[in-house]
Amino acid sequence: MSTSVELREPPQVSGGDDEHGHLEELRRDPIGLMQRVREECGAVGQFRLADRDVVLLTGAEANEFFFRAPEDVLDQAEAYPFMTPIFGEGVVFDAPPERRREMLHNQSLRDKFMRGHASTISDEVETMVSDWSDSGTIDLLDWFAELTIYTSSACLIGPKFRRNLDQRFARLYHDLEQGTDALAYVDPYADIDTFRQRDAARIGLVELVQAIMDRRRTGAAATDDDRDLLDVLMSIHDDDGAPRFSTDMVTGMFISMMFAGHHTTSGTAAWTLIELLRHPEALAVVTDELDQLYAHGEEVSYQALRAMPRLEAAIKEALRLHPPLILVLRVAKEELEVEGVRIAPGKLVGASLSVSNRIPEDFPDPDAFVPERYIEPRAEDRANPWTWIPFGAGRHRCVGAPFAMMQLKAIFSVLLRGWDFELAQLSDSYRNDHSKMVVQLQQPCAVHYRRRRVPSEVVTA
Amino acid sequence: MRIVVDRDLCQGHGVCESEAPAVFSVSKKGVLTVVHENPAEEMRPMVEQAVAFCPTSALRIEED
Repeated sequence: MSTSVELREPPQVSGGDDEHGHLEELRRDPIGLMQRVREECGAVGQFRLADRDVVLLTGAEANEFFFRAPEDVLDQAEAYPFMTPIFGEGVVFDAPPERRREMLHNQSLRDKFMRGHASTISDEVETMVSDWSDSGTIDLLDWFAELTIYTSSACLIGPKFRRNLDQRFARLYHDLEQGTDALAYVDPYADIDTFRQRDAARIGLVELVQAIMDRRRTGAAATDDDRDLLDVLMSIHDDDGAPRFSTDMVTGMFISMMFAGHHTTSGTAAWTLIELLRHPEALAVVTDELDQLYAHGEEVSYQALRAMPRLEAAIKEALRLHPPLILVLRVAKEELEVEGVRIAPGKLVGASLSVSNRIPEDFPDPDAFVPERYIEPRAEDRANPWTWIPFGAGRHRCVGAPFAMMQLKAIFSVLLRGWDFELAQLSDSYRNDHSKMVVQLQQPCAVHYRRRRVPSEVVTA
Repeated sequence: MRIVVDRDLCQGHGVCESEAPAVFSVSKKGVLTVVHENPAEEMRPMVEQAVAFCPTSALRIEED
């Protein structure tokens, strides 16, 4: 590429004098590191991750460049070495946009399946709260992580497979997610506890899926009514009659299908509830909206697809402040130029969702929970398509975003109409654990629940 | 009015087709075709809905 303007090399952020550069800081305080990059270097800055440079982009112009770039310019297949031991060899972290588009339309995320999913999700929430007494305490991480294992398996693989699962699957899945330490950039198989647990969890999941497959082989054949994705995969054979997909491959496919929608939705549900409990006036507005929408006994399967501006605003604000992914990465496949800075081929290039979501020029009072910012005419999400990026943006924007919003609306339609909640800890004691690339709530993260006395029940009681 | 599609952003969710089926068509593989690039003025409310609810903000209206 010839250019008359002299390009600068990316400015380097302070620190990172350890053996692996800024790796230890990334494992300890990634948001602090990424904020410092923007403060010291501007929209394009660089930190060191093991033996590679990471060029970190923030702000609208750099983000638009990042999110518009095609695969052959910014590739993500090799940007996430910590995912390979989780999915298994041969299962890709992400498909190219063209393939993703086909997957969206060939699979269960299509618009026409949403109503059925909404019904499935509200049933799953009802099942989980049916164990509750009139009042009690739950751990938000455990509770939402288990719920979203059931909802994502039921919606993406099928209700029959979901009925084959219990808490064991959720616990093993959590161990997998905990195995996303950034140390994988040095060695994905390093001898540390979380990687050992990750590998044991994957073996455990393969055994659970194997047991389900064994029962199906000896049990009654699937009918048209209950056939799920596992039945379909088990029915495919090679020419020599051998099953096309091993249990390991099937398990890897299921893990990868559920991965994008699991910790993300679970964490967002928890943070939406925490923020609403921290802001009782916002909670009252949301509860009032739900009471009115469901005043005449409407089904969640129908209402969850309709507009709920107040609840949606609260969810969007929880997503802006606590994005489930804080950093997305690619590898530069050729020499690139962003805002006058040269990016050499082979460098990692990152976009920081958590930093961009709090740029004060785009989001006034950026650290405050202000759901009103999404109400017209402010509409700060639509006004800032390249910095309001909890779902990413552009060609790689999360294809599950409409499904996720529907799911969260269905979950809170059941929870907030049936139950009152209360923080069980100091308000500022709820925080994320950023020691892994998959961000999760730090435990303890308890809330109290109490069966809600709605006015109509009081009258009939 | 003229409809402009940002092909980098379109993921083929098909929401525009639901909002304005006379103007937008999304194939089984998720490829969007704008059937009327210069729709009649009476289509404007439907087209504006399609633009507003596009999950990836891939659509905009340019005035003639």
